[in-house]
Amino acid sequence: MTASVGREMKDRYRLAFRLYPYARSQDQDAATPVRHPVIVMGGGPVGIAMALDLGLRGVPVLVLDDHEGVGQGSRAICFSKRTLEICDRWGCGEALLEKGVVWNVGKVFHDDRQVFEFNLLPEEGHRFPAFINLPQPFFEKTLVERVRQAQAEGAPIEIRGRNRVTAVEARDDGVTLDVDTPDGPYRLQADWLIGCDGAGSPLRGMMGLDFEGRVFEDSFLIADIRMDGDFPTERWFWFEPWFRSGASTLLHKQPDGIWRVDFQIGWEVDRVKELKEENIRARLDAMLPGVTYEIVWSSIYTFQCRRMKKFRHGRVIFAGDSAHQVSPFGARGANSGIQDVDNLGWKLASVIRGEAPDALIDSYDDERRHAADENILKSTRSTDFISPKSRISHVFRNAVLDLAERHAFARPLVNSGRLSVPCTYDGLPLNGEDALPGGPARTRPGSPCPDAPLAGETLLRRLGGGFTLLCIDAEAPEVEGVERIALTSTDDPTGALSDRYLGAASGAVYLIRPDQHVAARWARATARDIEAALARACGRT
Amino acid sequence: MPLNTVANIPDPDGFYAELIAAHEGLSDDESVALNARLILLLANHIGDRSVLREALAEARRRDG
Ligand SMILES: Cc1cc2nc3c(=O)[nH]c(=O)nc-3n(C[C@H](O)[C@H](O)[C@H](O)COP(=O)(O)OP(=O)(O)OC[C@H]3O[C@@H](n4cnc5c(N)ncnc54)[C@H](O)[C@@H]3O)c2cc1C
Repeated sequence: MTASVGREMKDRYRLAFRLYPYARSQDQDAATPVRHPVIVMGGGPVGIAMALDLGLRGVPVLVLDDHEGVGQGSRAICFSKRTLEICDRWGCGEALLEKGVVWNVGKVFHDDRQVFEFNLLPEEGHRFPAFINLPQPFFEKTLVERVRQAQAEGAPIEIRGRNRVTAVEARDDGVTLDVDTPDGPYRLQADWLIGCDGAGSPLRGMMGLDFEGRVFEDSFLIADIRMDGDFPTERWFWFEPWFRSGASTLLHKQPDGIWRVDFQIGWEVDRVKELKEENIRARLDAMLPGVTYEIVWSSIYTFQCRRMKKFRHGRVIFAGDSAHQVSPFGARGANSGIQDVDNLGWKLASVIRGEAPDALIDSYDDERRHAADENILKSTRSTDFISPKSRISHVFRNAVLDLAERHAFARPLVNSGRLSVPCTYDGLPLNGEDALPGGPARTRPGSPCPDAPLAGETLLRRLGGGFTLLCIDAEAPEVEGVERIALTSTDDPTGALSDRYLGAASGAVYLIRPDQHVAARWARATARDIEAALARACGRT
Repeated sequence: MPLNTVANIPDPDGFYAELIAAHEGLSDDESVALNARLILLLANHIGDRSVLREALAEARRRDG
């Protein structure tokens, strides 16, 4: 009998949006397993972004997720400028910006005193702000909506809900997957499998792979509340707050009158008790005397910083939380996952099309492990400052806070989270020459390109999805496979382009990768220079 | 020269992590002793008595 077996698949979490209900696929009736060029395991923010990047490049991609949409619970709320820039390349940066709350100012308090105040992006001339706050389900929904639009325009993307990967067999030339569905199991083949199945990654487990690092012995109670309090749109962080609702407390605004409150409540806590509404309210009431509010969502989290030793295992590649996990201080989780996608998409597409050797995928492993180490280091330091693990560390932390109130020197030492900025791939193999004497450090090879206003445009919008040769007050020859953009000082109304790309040089030629990182730069470049840098950036040398 | 209270340490987070790491595994008493040695080393490096006096006064300020 071939009729539906009507199996029940239990959800592990409740849905905020049901976006890809289960539908039987022809593949389930195939006599032999159907082979796909790329299968993405997991439809969280990273998996959906991966599909979007590949699909927009014309690479057929299938996403398997074991739920039918986006989970509830807000988890990530801070999305960085770099994430918005990448999403803008995919065509949904503006939609996110419109829905999100823009903030720039952060205030740090100790007890009842303001220690200092910071502004994230005093620099003008960027299309996107340093951060927006938006609950993760909305971020994910916006990505899925963009997938739907791209599909309508012919992008070869497919998302299959309630398709749970239960086993994999990886070989040198591909992967076989066992998939469970409400209609029973079936089998698939993939040339490439990308594991975007989250921090608990079942895929890692199936392949017996490591995930090592540090557990932080502290818990955090998170409550999203709706209130009409007159707090400004700023990030407020208290160390040892006067209201004593936690060892530290964070208050942050989300859209629609919702606020995120995050209390540090210690390691050995009774979760069930702490999550009782009356107990959450006791903490909130102490913090917000006389304010009425509604608790929209709450949860208790503990944090870890860890990563896999390698992100690439032959034809299986890991991205996002499955590959690396950080503490949330600094908003480096989803934001770094989106950068993984940005890094992997063009490389995998080039290899699949036969334009670059398989070794190019190894550079994903090099570059994104480098980035993960930077993110783990920064978020570990923040966590150590916020949650000092020895008496002496606590003494120093409070000494810094005491001094910071009066003395500028102590303020850079206050660490309530170093917010996510993209990593520069210093010293890694894809980087070419830095032959621009006097060129700014921020645009050296390996750096993500900073945005800059052009007449009626911004620079990053001009960069396409491929390699670009950016010539500023300089000539350069045509090179096959590279789009050339020639700008002069008349295109630079504010001088930002010159500041960020020329520095003391009078002209420059930049070779820019598809992920908008600088591959090489010169004061003057011959076709051979450019071809050599291009070959290197494509893993051909 | 007056006491410099403008930020003067490159890579402040890296410095702070090294400072805390120097105390790793020490008892509270051992940490206090380490701090004392550290202060004496740095004080000698500074040398200037008026700067040291100013720093002592600033550090004392919190405890009234
Ligand atoms: C409290 C908190 C606050 C945070 N704040 C921020 C922030 O402000 N900014 C930020 O950038 N990050 C933040 N993060 C981190 C962010 O939430 C994660 O980094 C992000 O969700 C990772 O995305 P992902 O797609 O890699 O994994 P996930 O979101 O975990 O998605 C994995 C997906 O894989 C699916 N899956 C699992 N197993 C299978 C299987 N066997 N078969 C098929 N599908 C499967 C799951 O159902 C899920 O849909 C925060 C995290 C927490 C906990």
